Amino acid sequence: MTNTWQDIKNANVVIVMGGNAAEAHPCGFKWVIEAKIENGAKLVVVDPRFTRTASVADMYAPIRPGTDIAFLNGLIRYLLEKNAIQHEYVKHYTNAGLIVKESFGFADGLFSGYDEEKKTYDRSSWDFELDEQGFAKVDDTWQNPRCVINLMRQHVDRYTPEMVSRISGTPQDKLLQVYELIATTAAPDKALTCLFALGWTQHSVGSQNIRTMAMVQLLLGNIGVAGGGMNALRGHSNIQGLTDVGLLSNQIPGYLYLPTDQETTFEDYMKTRQYKPLRPGQVSYWQNYRKFIVSFQKAMFGESATSDNDWAYDWLPKLDVPLYDIIRAFEMMNQGEMNGYICQGFNPLQAFPDRGKIRRGLSKLKFLVTMDPLDTETSRFWENFGPQNPVDPSQIQTEVFQLPTTCFAEENGSLVNSARWLQWHWKAAEPPGDAKSDIWIMSGIYHRMRELYRKEGGAFPDPILNMTWNYTDPTSPDPEELAKDMNGRALVDLKDATGAVTVAAGKLLDGFAQLRDDGTTASGCWIFTGCYTEKGNQMARRDASDPREQGIAPNWAWAWPANRRILYNRASADLNGKAWNPEKPIIEWNGKQWVGIDVPDYTPTTKPSDGVGPFIMNAEGTGRLFARDQMVDGPFPEHYELLESPSQNVLHPKVRSNPVARVFADDRADFGTSSEFPYVGTTYRLTEHFHFWTKHALINAILQPEEFVEIGEALAKEKGIDQGGWVRVSSKRGFIVCKAYVTKRIKPLTVDGKPTHVIGVPLHWGFTGQARKGFGANTLTPSVGDANTQTPEFKAFLVNVEKATGPAA
Amino acid sequence: MADLQSQDYIRRSATTLTPPAARNYEQQVAKLIDVTRCIGCKACQSACMEWNNLRPEVGYFEGSYENPMDLGPEVWTLMRFNEWENEKGDLEWLIRKDGCMHCEDPGCLKACPAPGAIVQYANGIVDFVSDACIGCGYCVKGCPFNIPRISQTDHKSYKCTLCSDRVSVGLEPACVKTCPTGAIMFGTKSDMTDWAQERIKDLKSRGFENAGLYDPPGVSGTHVMYVLHHADKPSIYSDLPEQPHISDFVSFWKGLIKPVALAGLAFTALAGFFHWITVGPNDVQPEDEAEAERLLRSAEKPR
Amino acid sequence: MNLSRRGFIKLTGTSLAASSVGALGFGYTGEALAAAVRPYKLAAATETRNTCTYCSVACGILIYSMGDRAKNARSNIIHIEGDPDHPVNRGTLCPKGAGLLDVVHAPTRLRAPRYRAPGSNAFKEVSWDFALDRIARLMKDDRDKNFIAKNAAGTTVNRWTSTGMLAASASSTETSYATWKVVRALGMVVFDNQARV
Repeated sequence: MTNTWQDIKNANVVIVMGGNAAEAHPCGFKWVIEAKIENGAKLVVVDPRFTRTASVADMYAPIRPGTDIAFLNGLIRYLLEKNAIQHEYVKHYTNAGLIVKESFGFADGLFSGYDEEKKTYDRSSWDFELDEQGFAKVDDTWQNPRCVINLMRQHVDRYTPEMVSRISGTPQDKLLQVYELIATTAAPDKALTCLFALGWTQHSVGSQNIRTMAMVQLLLGNIGVAGGGMNALRGHSNIQGLTDVGLLSNQIPGYLYLPTDQETTFEDYMKTRQYKPLRPGQVSYWQNYRKFIVSFQKAMFGESATSDNDWAYDWLPKLDVPLYDIIRAFEMMNQGEMNGYICQGFNPLQAFPDRGKIRRGLSKLKFLVTMDPLDTETSRFWENFGPQNPVDPSQIQTEVFQLPTTCFAEENGSLVNSARWLQWHWKAAEPPGDAKSDIWIMSGIYHRMRELYRKEGGAFPDPILNMTWNYTDPTSPDPEELAKDMNGRALVDLKDATGAVTVAAGKLLDGFAQLRDDGTTASGCWIFTGCYTEKGNQMARRDASDPREQGIAPNWAWAWPANRRILYNRASADLNGKAWNPEKPIIEWNGKQWVGIDVPDYTPTTKPSDGVGPFIMNAEGTGRLFARDQMVDGPFPEHYELLESPSQNVLHPKVRSNPVARVFADDRADFGTSSEFPYVGTTYRLTEHFHFWTKHALINAILQPEEFVEIGEALAKEKGIDQGGWVRVSSKRGFIVCKAYVTKRIKPLTVDGKPTHVIGVPLHWGFTGQARKGFGANTLTPSVGDANTQTPEFKAFLVNVEKATGPAA
Repeated sequence: MADLQSQDYIRRSATTLTPPAARNYEQQVAKLIDVTRCIGCKACQSACMEWNNLRPEVGYFEGSYENPMDLGPEVWTLMRFNEWENEKGDLEWLIRKDGCMHCEDPGCLKACPAPGAIVQYANGIVDFVSDACIGCGYCVKGCPFNIPRISQTDHKSYKCTLCSDRVSVGLEPACVKTCPTGAIMFGTKSDMTDWAQERIKDLKSRGFENAGLYDPPGVSGTHVMYVLHHADKPSIYSDLPEQPHISDFVSFWKGLIKPVALAGLAFTALAGFFHWITVGPNDVQPEDEAEAERLLRSAEKPR
Repeated sequence: MNLSRRGFIKLTGTSLAASSVGALGFGYTGEALAAAVRPYKLAAATETRNTCTYCSVACGILIYSMGDRAKNARSNIIHIEGDPDHPVNRGTLCPKGAGLLDVVHAPTRLRAPRYRAPGSNAFKEVSWDFALDRIARLMKDDRDKNFIAKNAAGTTVNRWTSTGMLAASASSTETSYATWKVVRALGMVVFDNQARV
């Protein structure tokens, strides 16, 4: 989220698209209701199903799963056509006027630079014309046909309301009603907020779904302002934190990246990370990358990381492929390329696409370790549970360790919420039986491995033997000590230009501006610097006061970065530093500095006249309508069909789906066609349950006890399916047998002249816990991900449905 | 535990004496359920089960989001869902939290033959006192909203207490506190009525011309009220009664027969007492239900 | 005396009786003592501040446990409700959060390490030492065998791809940092979290 949960109340229009906030985030959704009641806001919901969010909306438009980009590109076209953009904002705070290279182009569904064989783009043409000093050329009058806004206008021109409706199935009248309402927020003092979640990410074009809306928000001048922003509603209590700390195949804490095989030396690695400003005078904050990575290596390896060994650069593993994500991991398992797997609080047999493939993969492992408070399906994948897990244990040679862990109520620590708040929590009770904390278990594994390497030697033991682990109780480090590690400390006396000591050796740092690239500071996660200072644990703060009741609560817990609550908040003010919306200012220029209710996302003394752009992380200093080379599948978003789609791509039949989607050969062989599987399946959560956990909680099992699918009345009638009766839903990869909920909330959509039916598949049931046994929605879903992030395409795939008799099959 | 609230009773089942009421300045409370901001998330059901230590059996999916399928002795509140197409052909998903309405003039209390089994506090809450309940089921028949349910386990009648245990220590009911969207609010009846008017104004501005407050006069108003977008059609909200009132049978019984029925009462009370002491949880036979129905029907006929 | 409910209804039905026990001389006081609201169950429970474990709204919660943390009292969580001071949830909780008590006390909470041998059809309880010693052994053997120190071009790459790890989504940030350190010190690259599912 760029903004806070409470800030949603400041919106004039709220759009929920690619998410179902009322059901997945009910307590955050209260701020939408607050916006409606206290701010007269209108709520718009665009969703394949009429959800519980839609039940309290002012406007609802149905859409075929996987066609959001068409819908939103149509919106961009509408805004440009009606001139409903926030001109001053777009001119000064976006890269609309920058001039794109002549070599960039788009034709027949492909951007310039496509390599058919490798299925990747050479992205070098997706960039700006540079002048002699290396700055991007700009035409602020927007006359040059090569400037971003004109190329964008040209790109979206094909997305007429007729075309959008033909692709998405959204009736034109509904489409235009939504467009018209959203356009009202182009006024400088009006804000649209966008709430989305995995309804956008879980597509082969997931990242571009989000990008398209971000472009809309830039055009409307809604980023950085109160009641605006792009608000990704994260799904799990600390998934923001785990992402921040870089628990991803290619990351280092604080959005730093592991090196690749090509970056043979530290200087090679740094070369692509200089982030020189693309326009004069811009901040381009990533220029400080070296400070962050060196301080990180000092936290990780202490005195063993020196300038002589390039800060232990070679102790970091290098990547030969962009990502070792989950889809690749299970492909490797199935190919026999993996022997061991550790699942910490994670249940892949339920959570990953193509359940059959997951089960086969786990069966090929030599050992599987699960760490969880609950008895997960994954830890019992080898056990026969009837049709819901039809395996023969004697044929599975995997050694399985099921390790019991503490849960939230039994440990101290911080969680990072969707609004980037680090909130501390306290232990209330001892865990049951002999359950242990994850920290204790990870420490136990580490110490045993280190001991074995000390005794026996073995493959490259250096990082194992030299990693810093100087905690008071090394067998179970105190969370407070780990938090201080991440915050960072001075390793020597830090001095300012006059020679005065600013931070004494050993003291905790106050902010990441104090980090150095010479090995004199250590910080395990630079974006968290300031969370635990000499003043104490800032994450444990509990002052809920809220200046002007604008939803900031600056002294409640602590937010990264630098306790800033609204990202890009410089953009909430005009060129002269006056709030676009005088009713709801965030920061303003008082003649000497930036002041207000939030920490400025800007150097506090930078004068408005200095022309420093508000998007300080971008080399241009402005928001990106044109993404340069940051996206693997295009600098502008384009509509591509799902990997499993009921339709042709009417825009460019030859390039039907995302041309750079990574698809493994055996997965491609498991894609179905619409002749065999004529309906579009989509998976989702229900509000009564949280993933696969709450089926272990009796109350939630009572509230929603049994697996079902949602089917529209028209299709049910056609197929003779009764309300509450049994059905068999199948895809090329498997089938589930469950009850049917025949509903008015899903209606057939007319797509390219043909009726298209959507079948909703809630995902919560498995074979352990208190609820009734279920097959699991992931039995049906395809193993393919977003081209940028490899997030699985859970939201749109092909299925068939038939009346059935029961699960005894 | 001592009876902390007996002095605050204003009504007590099967009792002619007016309970002592030295305290005469108790504010009336009310729960306001704003159906138009309810998302049907069932947090109220969850919190109700958790707070009141109730866990009905895990059921089945039966063609609706409604679960459990009905109110019960362990289900004191329940979200009811109706997919309704309005005059324009647009879908409205009408979701109503069902449960005890805490009537100002409670039909259950009037119908109850067991002394002190049903009480009404000065703040308006209607509470069932299990110790005194004889499980006869008259409250079920006397309730215009079909709320109380008899437990198969202990043969006593149960329903929402409006969390009288929380309210008595100055807290709001559990469902109110938990409601994520503020669709359930709690306060004095006058504050809730005022707030409802604000909501109705907003709804009218959004095109719901018939928005209104449900506080039915047939039971002299309720301490649980609804804001409805279509107050002209309560029945579209999963059969919310259009004009609830206490059945003529109950009124007849309480009004005319009571003074001459003292002898009968002695036996009733004793029967209930012995029933509880000697039999413990007993079995309800279908014949019993049928017999009760028959008696009630015949009694209602004069109407 | 064995009055069935049916018999009871018949008797009362014939007399249609309803009136005051008090009027007939039954004492009011005894009835009144029984007629009481349920005692407020949190009167002296210990309150601990925490954060809901489910979604990322991160609602503040208050955990109530039995016992006052005296040496001889083992805390047992008896109730969880929303923290009214929390700026986001302001005391509210969704159906999952309001039912947190049942996940803390789920009958399927794990209590001891368990091990399943190759081809076996059952778990057996094992000691922590057995489990962790065996895991470390398996990991080290696999790492020593399959660690890639240099790629085909001779570049130092120091990665381990044949054992992977999925990190959690509800463990603390501090846990995730400790996990990151251990995983990367081993050179593991098949490493992911729940951000995508």
